Amino acid sequence: MTDTLLQVRGLTVGFPNANGPNTVVNSLDFDLARGGALGIVGESGSGKSMTSLAIMGLLPKGAERTGSIAFDGTELTALPERAMRSYRGDRIAMIFQDPLSSLNPYYTVGTQIMEAYRSHRTGVTRRQARAVAIEAMERVHIGDAARRVDHYPHQFSGGMRQRVMIAMTLSMEPELIIADEPTTALDVTVQAQILDLLAEIRADTGAGLVLITHDLAVVSEVTDHIVVMRDGDLVEQGPAERIFTDPQAPYTRMLLDAVPRIDDEIGLLRTMHTEEGR
Amino acid sequence: MTAGDSIPRQPGPPEPAPLLRAENLVKEFTVSGGGLLGRAGRFRAVDDVSLEVRKGETLALVGESGSGKSTTARLIARLIDATSGTIEFDGREVHALTGKALHAFRSEVQMVFQDPYSSLNPKHTVERIVTAPLAYQRRPIPGGARAFAAALLERVGLNPDHAARYPAQFSGGQAQRIGIARALAVSPKLIIADEAVSALDVSVQAQVINLLRRLQDEEGFSYLFIAHDLAVVRQIATRVAVMNGGRIVETGDRDTVFGSPQDPYTRKLLAAVPRIRPEWDAARRRNEQARREREEAEL
Repeated sequence: MTDTLLQVRGLTVGFPNANGPNTVVNSLDFDLARGGALGIVGESGSGKSMTSLAIMGLLPKGAERTGSIAFDGTELTALPERAMRSYRGDRIAMIFQDPLSSLNPYYTVGTQIMEAYRSHRTGVTRRQARAVAIEAMERVHIGDAARRVDHYPHQFSGGMRQRVMIAMTLSMEPELIIADEPTTALDVTVQAQILDLLAEIRADTGAGLVLITHDLAVVSEVTDHIVVMRDGDLVEQGPAERIFTDPQAPYTRMLLDAVPRIDDEIGLLRTMHTEEGR
Repeated sequence: MTAGDSIPRQPGPPEPAPLLRAENLVKEFTVSGGGLLGRAGRFRAVDDVSLEVRKGETLALVGESGSGKSTTARLIARLIDATSGTIEFDGREVHALTGKALHAFRSEVQMVFQDPYSSLNPKHTVERIVTAPLAYQRRPIPGGARAFAAALLERVGLNPDHAARYPAQFSGGQAQRIGIARALAVSPKLIIADEAVSALDVSVQAQVINLLRRLQDEEGFSYLFIAHDLAVVRQIATRVAVMNGGRIVETGDRDTVFGSPQDPYTRKLLAAVPRIRPEWDAARRRNEQARREREEAEL
């Protein structure tokens, strides 16, 4: 067992075509400590979501991945798809922005949590899996879980559906949770609840977290190490406090200037290209 | 600049009438029942809403999804009709407007939407898009379409030579500027911005917020600014109205609502906003200052 849960080196993702390699992630390096929380921040087109898909081995067709991704000492890029499947969803779980599109509308949430669980745990009976599903739903504070387990996704609100997704990942007791904009589609009061829930789960289980988001305020509250990306490049990285108090790259400084503050003086928001429409 | 600084109070009574005054607005929708009988029910999206937008100010209408803020905006723009209540715009009862008067209202109130691409016709050139409100009004285009479009693009910070391009050739932030240029074409008195900066990246969002504020300073029109993002609202609003469950739960000057919120829902909403620690921001400003001094010393 090493102290580093996830070590990424030289990760490059491209969509090669006639015009060239078309790189969307360019030689990315970062480490996630066991039990740590790492934030990957960037604007649209920064390559942050492609990075998460590359780690999960879920890149779209036509994508080419090079570099090294070591999870708990195992080189994931060397694993055949079959072996990767036993990591994905089991030891490494992923939470997406839109829980509705990740849930099948035709099955109850209980069935889906149970199926996910049984696909990774051999010899588990339906009764046992159901108990696991109800327990996981209780852990994410879905009230009346024993009844709600038989409800369909449309019977849950957006925030509750995201809780269901988190319950599904929790049932597997993953060591690493990759959350890609998990609260972007949610109302701000619901977002606060889901972020609290993620923090609670990490405290309980010691799982590591990679949080991918465009929201600098969210990463500042949740993560202890931050990677800033732009146009596929790593702009800078470091401990959260250092990034927020002493950013080195002009791009990070610009981003931090551009974020509207809720409790700061009102002034012209500083931007890099104030009058040039970018 | 603080709230109201740019609008000097008229000396003595009477107070100038607000540009827009909505009173006791109600909007109900018919919904099919969820039960076996599929019985139709009434859903009250907007429930007894009263608000004012004064000349030259920005009233922000904030709330979470389903709060009724967008429906309220659509009622005020007369895109849909209210179940009951009155809307008075510039001294006229909006519901009673017909013919020429309604036509005039449609140019005095313009909307800017969240998704710039879906609100711009992809098959029309920018020139045609930004002059469309004038064409709709059957008004002559001052100086001709080409010069008029070029001048509008320049005002919103776009390259005036790009008037012959199509919406797909622009980035999201640029496309939103085209939507703003279109709203400006007919010199509106009120611009209703419905989540107009919500879909933009933070660096682009800051530019568009600055642009919206500058245009208001230049032109003196009013905004009804519909938004869910309280930090954005704080940057642009003169006054704030907070909606929840179809009702306005609190209204007041921006600094009052943000500084000492009275309603429990407003407090809950403000408390939920993620924040960069103020002490981190303070340290960053100190470091930034030190960096600048170092750089100057090196020169």
